[in-house]
Amino acid sequence: MRNTLATELIFELSQSGRRAACYPDCDVPQQPIDDLIPAAYRFQDDGPGLPELTEPDVIRHFLNLSTLNMSVDTHFYPLGSCTMKYNPKRHERLAGLPGLVDLHPYQRTCDQQGMLRLLHDMQDMLGEIAGLPAVSLQPAAGAQGELAALLVASAWFRSRNETRTRVIFPCSAHGTNPASAAIAGFQCVQLNNSPGGLVDLDELTAQLDNSTAVFMITNPNTLGLFETQIEEIAKRVHDAGGLVYIDGANMNAIMGVTRPGDFGGDMMHFNVHKTFTGPHGGGGPGAGPIAVREDLAKFLPGPIVSRTTDDNGYTRFELETPANSIGRVRSHFGNVGILLRGYCYLRTLGPDGIRQAARHAVLNANYLKSLLADILPVPNGEYCMHEFVASAANLKDNRDISALDIAKRLLDFGFHAPTIYFPLVVPEAMMIEPTETESKLTLDAFAEALHKIADEDPEFLHQAPYETPVSRPDDVKAARQPILSWSTDDGRDSL
Amino acid sequence: MAYLFNTPDDIQSMLETIGADSIETFFEQVPRHLQLDQPLDLPPGLSEPELEAHLRQLAAVNHGTSSRVCLMGAGVYDHFIPAAVDEIASRGEFYTAYTPYQAEASQGSLQAFFEFQTLICQLTGMDVSNASLYEGGTALSEAVFMAMRITGRHNRVLVLGSLHPEYQQVLETYLRNFDCQLDVIATPDGVADVDIVSQALDSETCCLVIQQPNVFGAIENLESLCQAAHEVGALAITSFDPISLGLLKSPAACGTDIAVAEGQSLGIPAQYGGPYLGILTCRQKHVRQMPGRLIGQTVDRNGRRCFVLNLQAREQHIRREKATSNICTNQGLLAVRATIYLALLGRQGLLDVAQLCCQKAHYAADRLGELPGLELMFQQPFFKEFTLKCQGDATEWIDRAAAAGFDLGPDLARFPRLRESLGDDADQTLLVAVTEQRTREEIDRLVQSFASVSTHSDTPQSLGKPA
Repeated sequence: MRNTLATELIFELSQSGRRAACYPDCDVPQQPIDDLIPAAYRFQDDGPGLPELTEPDVIRHFLNLSTLNMSVDTHFYPLGSCTMKYNPKRHERLAGLPGLVDLHPYQRTCDQQGMLRLLHDMQDMLGEIAGLPAVSLQPAAGAQGELAALLVASAWFRSRNETRTRVIFPCSAHGTNPASAAIAGFQCVQLNNSPGGLVDLDELTAQLDNSTAVFMITNPNTLGLFETQIEEIAKRVHDAGGLVYIDGANMNAIMGVTRPGDFGGDMMHFNVHKTFTGPHGGGGPGAGPIAVREDLAKFLPGPIVSRTTDDNGYTRFELETPANSIGRVRSHFGNVGILLRGYCYLRTLGPDGIRQAARHAVLNANYLKSLLADILPVPNGEYCMHEFVASAANLKDNRDISALDIAKRLLDFGFHAPTIYFPLVVPEAMMIEPTETESKLTLDAFAEALHKIADEDPEFLHQAPYETPVSRPDDVKAARQPILSWSTDDGRDSL
Repeated sequence: MAYLFNTPDDIQSMLETIGADSIETFFEQVPRHLQLDQPLDLPPGLSEPELEAHLRQLAAVNHGTSSRVCLMGAGVYDHFIPAAVDEIASRGEFYTAYTPYQAEASQGSLQAFFEFQTLICQLTGMDVSNASLYEGGTALSEAVFMAMRITGRHNRVLVLGSLHPEYQQVLETYLRNFDCQLDVIATPDGVADVDIVSQALDSETCCLVIQQPNVFGAIENLESLCQAAHEVGALAITSFDPISLGLLKSPAACGTDIAVAEGQSLGIPAQYGGPYLGILTCRQKHVRQMPGRLIGQTVDRNGRRCFVLNLQAREQHIRREKATSNICTNQGLLAVRATIYLALLGRQGLLDVAQLCCQKAHYAADRLGELPGLELMFQQPFFKEFTLKCQGDATEWIDRAAAAGFDLGPDLARFPRLRESLGDDADQTLLVAVTEQRTREEIDRLVQSFASVSTHSDTPQSLGKPA
């Protein structure tokens, strides 16, 4: 069934003289190009050597390529920490409406009032879900939200004439936390987790002093556990004069149930592409809006949408940059196309739907966890939140079956693999996040596949997968002699 | 309830399997007093028809390119997007997948990104492209960080005043907590004076940041500027317009060390500012300093060619605070769109688009420039965009154009950072961008509408803003 010719590289499919896109003849009087742009500024050879293809070539190529992917639309995709929930089709149609998709960012504000109203209401809704009233929609993804918020924190300390240099986070933190802290100019301090998988209060306390700027914490944490002592954690950080940052990657577990602002968070980011169904796009785009305490609002990156009432009583929406803003973190307003999908999602669910989504996400995770308890036990916690980190350590020790083997073999059963080997605190970690949009039927089938795999021949598993287009790529070779673009002499003949 | 699929029977049976009484049991780890005791204060849920009616209502209030002829620019352009781009990019297999950590389950995305990297190298002449960054401004900031690591010079960055002011703002933000001086060289002639730039460069300077064509639409002497940077051991960073490379000498041929771009022109709708596509390319020797994902070719255990995430030791999930960038989620789907767009255009298509933009922009500039009250701000070569100096307030001309069904701009007064280059004229200047989509008839009609008002009065009249 596979059309392997169509999935050759487009450069190999190229044939001289072919073309897909054709443009009309020039309808203005043409001037010699030499009169318009000096020859020294123009290329004098044939120009960019782009491939030459017909439209059917292009369609067949990419549609066949698409079939080599697993995706939420086609497969169960329990990639932990990524919240791979269903992406409603209605959002795609609505995001493409004329009047939304075709708005130029520099159009006059009087021509964007509908869009600005939408974005303004999105700010309000996110502020309510966070329990932190001031929102900037600008950051392009979660990592940029972290950076923006850390810059806000540093501006706040500066305004108080405080020099605070250290950002603290647990070792189970996402890699973006320390990477963002470094760009924001902070030193990074990493804490070990307690044996129970939660923040070790004593170790945290030992690190807190007047150099502490921000404590970054994901809650529920990356083990899928709610930090039960979060209030005490926040209190101690606040007593030391620091701020608490909530990495919102796991908001799917708690939205509508509890709020970061209520449990001590001063700042947070949302991942709209995770929690609020912006599709993941094969790696992006995301949107990483941040919400902060009222007294931090004046430092937020802008612009932000404000609502005013004019003399005639008409509501108007304007773009405003906060008084002491850290500045822009990107050009233009933000990843509006993703924010808009998040808006559609929140408007569809309403307050009760949001809370129910979190409850069902947690139910599904606990159900799957209990189905797997005999083969893939979870070292930490009795119940999990929206995800759990199981360990294949027993299978590894007793049967030489690793988390990687299991992940690869799952693909043959038609399931995307969980996140593996993260967080590092769990040996042979398998981080599984089913999300609320999967049914019991799917979870049962997934658990059944894992049980079958646990009984399979380890030697057979080391070579898995078997049903996928390729199997066990040579990563070492890729890194040793990087081939990062196609060329006519890429050594394929010797393959 | 929207998007919940477990029936009450399912729930009961699941709870029994778990051995829990109710869903509340799982939430006992959240201290009771921290749990909300009332619903969030949010509007009630909407059915699909209600949601669609609501969104259509909001959309109808806006005026996009579907209701007006777009001659707006400043980094975002109304280029034609072939239907095949939308058709392919709307495949769920592409847009509902995530980062291709499992190569066996992601060859579609991985190969598309590898093709993207190759196409961008072909376009720019550069050796290596990454698999995307957020947008043009952050791509530029990442390039400056790269230049710091490569040169070991952390104290001074030199930027031309003709850089997009929002990109400069982003760079200022990214440099906030670094002890790095950001010096800007004003460009009152619309392009940089190479001699003045040479004098400003010194052995402390990590890089020279150039935009080509620049924010005024004018074409810089990129080759000489790159050379000037190299003379003091600084790197040359160029922010380029991808479409201009159908006509202009490539960043690589001009001597650029790191070339970055806003890729919106490559098949991505304007959608009020994003998501767009950050492009970053460099020379082979600097590859290990690159930010973001890189896709590499390798073979699988059966010797089949395949593609993987490569050189991940640069990235945050491995290197944490020592990573080359904090980026994780990138703009994958937009990179796929750009790949499809460039595959559809091919070499000849790109050349055609560039020629059409250039000819039509010059026609529009000639016609508009001869109207009373309007003149070209700079006498410099330009590609598809130019700066008009207006008699009176530029925003009033934009209002008049809008009333006649055209969107021009932006006005440059909105960018305080351009005042040093524009001087007292700042309030009177605006940008006009002309893509291949514009027709002679449209341009003539715009000229006509301005002319008819000009004949009635010496200064432009505000027509008031539509409600």
